[in-house]
Amino acid sequence: MKFPLRVVSVERSLFEGDVEFIIATGAEGELGVLARHAPLMTILKPGPLRIQETYGGPEETLFVGGGFLEVLPERVTVLADVAEHAGEISVDAAEEARRRAQERLAGTLTAAEETEFQNALAMAEARLRLARARRG
Amino acid sequence: MPAFRDIVRRIDSIKNTQKITKAMQVVAATRLRRAQAAVQATRPYADKMVEVLQTVSERATEYKHPFLIRREGKRAVMILVTTDKGLAGAINVNNIRTATRYMSQNFPEQQRYVTLGRKGRDFLLRYRRDVIAEVSNLPDRPSQGQVLPAVTVALEEYAKGNVDAVLLCYAKWISTIRQEPTVRVLIPAEIPARERDQGQSAGPRADYIYEPDPESVLDGLLPRYVETQVFQAVLENKASEYSAKMIAMQNATTAAGDLIDSLTLYANKVRQAGITTELMEIVSGAAAQEGSS
Repeated sequence: MKFPLRVVSVERSLFEGDVEFIIATGAEGELGVLARHAPLMTILKPGPLRIQETYGGPEETLFVGGGFLEVLPERVTVLADVAEHAGEISVDAAEEARRRAQERLAGTLTAAEETEFQNALAMAEARLRLARARRG
Repeated sequence: MPAFRDIVRRIDSIKNTQKITKAMQVVAATRLRRAQAAVQATRPYADKMVEVLQTVSERATEYKHPFLIRREGKRAVMILVTTDKGLAGAINVNNIRTATRYMSQNFPEQQRYVTLGRKGRDFLLRYRRDVIAEVSNLPDRPSQGQVLPAVTVALEEYAKGNVDAVLLCYAKWISTIRQEPTVRVLIPAEIPARERDQGQSAGPRADYIYEPDPESVLDGLLPRYVETQVFQAVLENKASEYSAKMIAMQNATTAAGDLIDSLTLYANKVRQAGITTELMEIVSGAAAQEGSS
């Protein structure tokens, strides 16, 4: 059974269509959503969003840099802070971002900065993992 | 009387100016279309965000996020959106005037500013206003990451209790010939009421399972809601900027045309006057010759 899915970031809409299964990176770990899932609202951590148009079929992967996932009986929405198609990820930029974040985290930081760079680091690492997995 | 050649030279120079203004008008029109598309692209996210906020705030009723609490004080920080470049009519003057007037009327105790755009920053600094953060030289299609730092500074001021409200001023795009400076209250945040007659979504909504919990979700959503509003304002201001620029350049092109017409007429008169004078000299010369012989 299919359900309508919409993935939007602030800058654009990335996906709109009927799908059977998605796997997202929630605050409490990975979670899969099939049709007739209970209504759910969760914070997303930086990580991949895997979309299967038919269950077990070919997968489309998006990178989601944190955001929210809303599951309603009639539709599912992903509000992404940042999002890109897996093919758009720049490995060089991600590596550079990771290096910078690690450098900053090595120094002394305020609590707010600490969270900021931890988040930046998590995003860079999630991007890299996704890009590597794609290359196989 | 100026020489005929000088007037022709002036006409040529105005023609060059006219070519430039004409080109700028065309460029502005193209960019306007692109800016409008960018504004459109943020709509789904913003609409969805409001919808989710409505549902969440209906659930987490006992929890009051600081952004939703009204404070009594008269101190505020204004996020002022302006353009980076000039030649765009009165758009910046209108924005700045509206923002500063609103601030001094409603928040007499303390006024701070965060500027997005060079023109607003330069103006406020010249008048020694308190500018606490600024971002300028934003590209035509900025990413949210470029706008964010300015917003974060404003939100932090509020969180620290240094100000009692956060406002936003930008040029709302109404039509190609009309842009309106608009002030919006970002904090205390007001979540727009749900439209009642929506058919399917009317009535009580299915309750969510929250991960990790409603409070954290609301904590995450509200700052993003504010950020989105600012981001949209920046994009909309871009659309307004190019509209205003297009009209300003159109007026300049027309004015140059009028000037060319009247100068051409004047040039012809000068040339004709020259011919007439010469003729008169010849005729009177000839008459004098005849008289003497």
